Amino acid sequence: MAKGMLIDLTRCIGCRGCQAACKQWNDLPAEPTSNWGSYENPPRRSANTWTTVTFNEVSEGDRLDWVFAKRQCMHCEDPACAAACIVGALRKTPEGPVVYDDHKCIGCRYCTLACPFGVPTFEWDTPVPYIRKCTMCVDRQAEGMEPACAKACPNEALLFGEREELLQEAHARLEAHPEKYVDHIYGEKEVGGTSNLYIASVPFDKLGFPTLGPEAIPRYANVAMAAVPPTIVVVSAAMAGIYWITKRREQMMSQKVSVPVEQWPKPDQDKED
Amino acid sequence: MTAETHVELNRSKQPFPVVTTSILGVLMAIGLVVAIIRFINGIGAISNLSDGRAWGLWISFDLYCGVALAAGGFTLAATVYILNLKKYYPIVRSAILTAFLGYVMVIVALMVDLGQPWRIWHIIIYWNPHSPLFEVGWCVLLYTTVLALEFSPNVFERFNMQTPLRLIRTIQIPLIIAGIVLSTLHQSSLGSTLLLMPDKIHALWFTPILPILFLLSAISVGLAMVILETSLASKGLGHQVDLDILAGLGKALPYLLGLYLVVKLGDLLVAGELDLMFSSGLYSLLFLVEIVGGVILPLVLFALPAVRLSRTALLWSSLLVVLGLVLNRLNVSLIALAPRPGTMYVPHVLEFAISIAVVSAGILAYILANRYLPIAEHEHPAGHRPVVEVG
Repeated sequence: MAKGMLIDLTRCIGCRGCQAACKQWNDLPAEPTSNWGSYENPPRRSANTWTTVTFNEVSEGDRLDWVFAKRQCMHCEDPACAAACIVGALRKTPEGPVVYDDHKCIGCRYCTLACPFGVPTFEWDTPVPYIRKCTMCVDRQAEGMEPACAKACPNEALLFGEREELLQEAHARLEAHPEKYVDHIYGEKEVGGTSNLYIASVPFDKLGFPTLGPEAIPRYANVAMAAVPPTIVVVSAAMAGIYWITKRREQMMSQKVSVPVEQWPKPDQDKED
Repeated sequence: MTAETHVELNRSKQPFPVVTTSILGVLMAIGLVVAIIRFINGIGAISNLSDGRAWGLWISFDLYCGVALAAGGFTLAATVYILNLKKYYPIVRSAILTAFLGYVMVIVALMVDLGQPWRIWHIIIYWNPHSPLFEVGWCVLLYTTVLALEFSPNVFERFNMQTPLRLIRTIQIPLIIAGIVLSTLHQSSLGSTLLLMPDKIHALWFTPILPILFLLSAISVGLAMVILETSLASKGLGHQVDLDILAGLGKALPYLLGLYLVVKLGDLLVAGELDLMFSSGLYSLLFLVEIVGGVILPLVLFALPAVRLSRTALLWSSLLVVLGLVLNRLNVSLIALAPRPGTMYVPHVLEFAISIAVVSAGILAYILANRYLPIAEHEHPAGHRPVVEVG
């Protein structure tokens, strides 16, 4: 069964305990930051900051909400990063997490462009760089523990468990409190579904979540890649065929030009030509 | 042998271009220093690339443009060896040289762009057949090998090595066909790489048929590049190529450009997005410049007999196709590709230094190859009796 996380933004109090826990567990150094007018700090995720809480001022009708949203890898069911990776260093595990293999990566950064959520980050300032992103604490899961962020959350905004069960729980919460939630489980259908699911009190586009359709990102690339073997066969055959025709025509032409009709060689003499 | 004496004559006629090579050498040295800084301090030290935009000038210009501009190699090889149009035989070697140098330049640029280029061999043992970039990587690897073999007779002839020369000639046709197949895959696969960014590329450029558009535009620009490069070499290196040959290539371009235009606009029509050509502000402007200036205008020009009778007009018309393609590749992979929210990318001056150094190295290699190898004038290989005799 595949694991995932249900992130209920109505329960998030913006304490950023998850951010600190992630850094602690993964041994990630602090980043030099400055006050840029928001509690959101550092302003962007990076190779040293795999999860951040965003602080969003959302006006809905006559209401002004301050909504906090923990962002990290969504752990897609059909991840664009894994489809993109030239050496297969990124892959979706049956257990849920999308994991990365340091030993394969050549640093091409195609994953960072393919990801629709802007997740994979690169080590820009080192001579031997790697890609970094949230692992859903796959190492903690192997020891039977929940991810560090979920463990740290003081208000149960992060619920770790079986994705199917979390999805039922999300539906149950939306049904029980339609006045409290928008009717949208972000990640249930987006890009073919993601391991991590969100529910919130305001529309997700107002929280900076990309608006995405239900089809998996690799759909077009899959078609193009499936066309490769037939293309090899068709183009090779076509070129060989055209070559044969043009060569044959040349032979016929040169015979016609150089030999008068009455002197054309008999069929059995062809080989001597 | 007459070919030999021609080469000798050319060599004695043209003094060694000291100034040009010196300038190119300085530009290469600057790039080398920048590359050394990059390998000590990381890519961030010499570029404005970031997580918001992890591919920039090097990928858009050196890879996307570079590979397309090298398409003259396979289009000319197909014209001469498969379609058997021997009229174009005198320029096929120069086209293959350009393609070979182009691919080597792409690889050199990738050595700077890749995070861990010393691991490039990983693509041979760690396969991901779902990745368009996996296809790109294998095509670069295999086609560069094929181009090296297609180019090798220049070296073998120069040093009169008869055995490898005979060997290459026996596998010539399979080699040419392999090159065409690999080029078809490679040109289209660069379009495929962008298919993983359907929500980020502006709708004027994003389409599921990007691989087909990349292939079609590459074929056009391949011929245009051969015209341009041959014209420039005629001026700079003193290898005069018959106007008839250039005009013949020019005659094919209206059909090729027309095909691209019909497919591109047809695709927009089917998608119901034709109105975007005029309603997307700066993107509309870039798109129209690319299509009108780089496709429609050269299509009309090449269709005019007067243009095809003038070396100057041919040169400028082919330059339009080349610039149109460069703008197209920059548009689709750089300008119309949205960065992550809250980030932006403008190439760093040192990024330009790398690209300029790579192009300089290519030009220098082209000059030297034309000077010291039998590129422009060469004997016809066995089994290929010349149809048009040099009179």
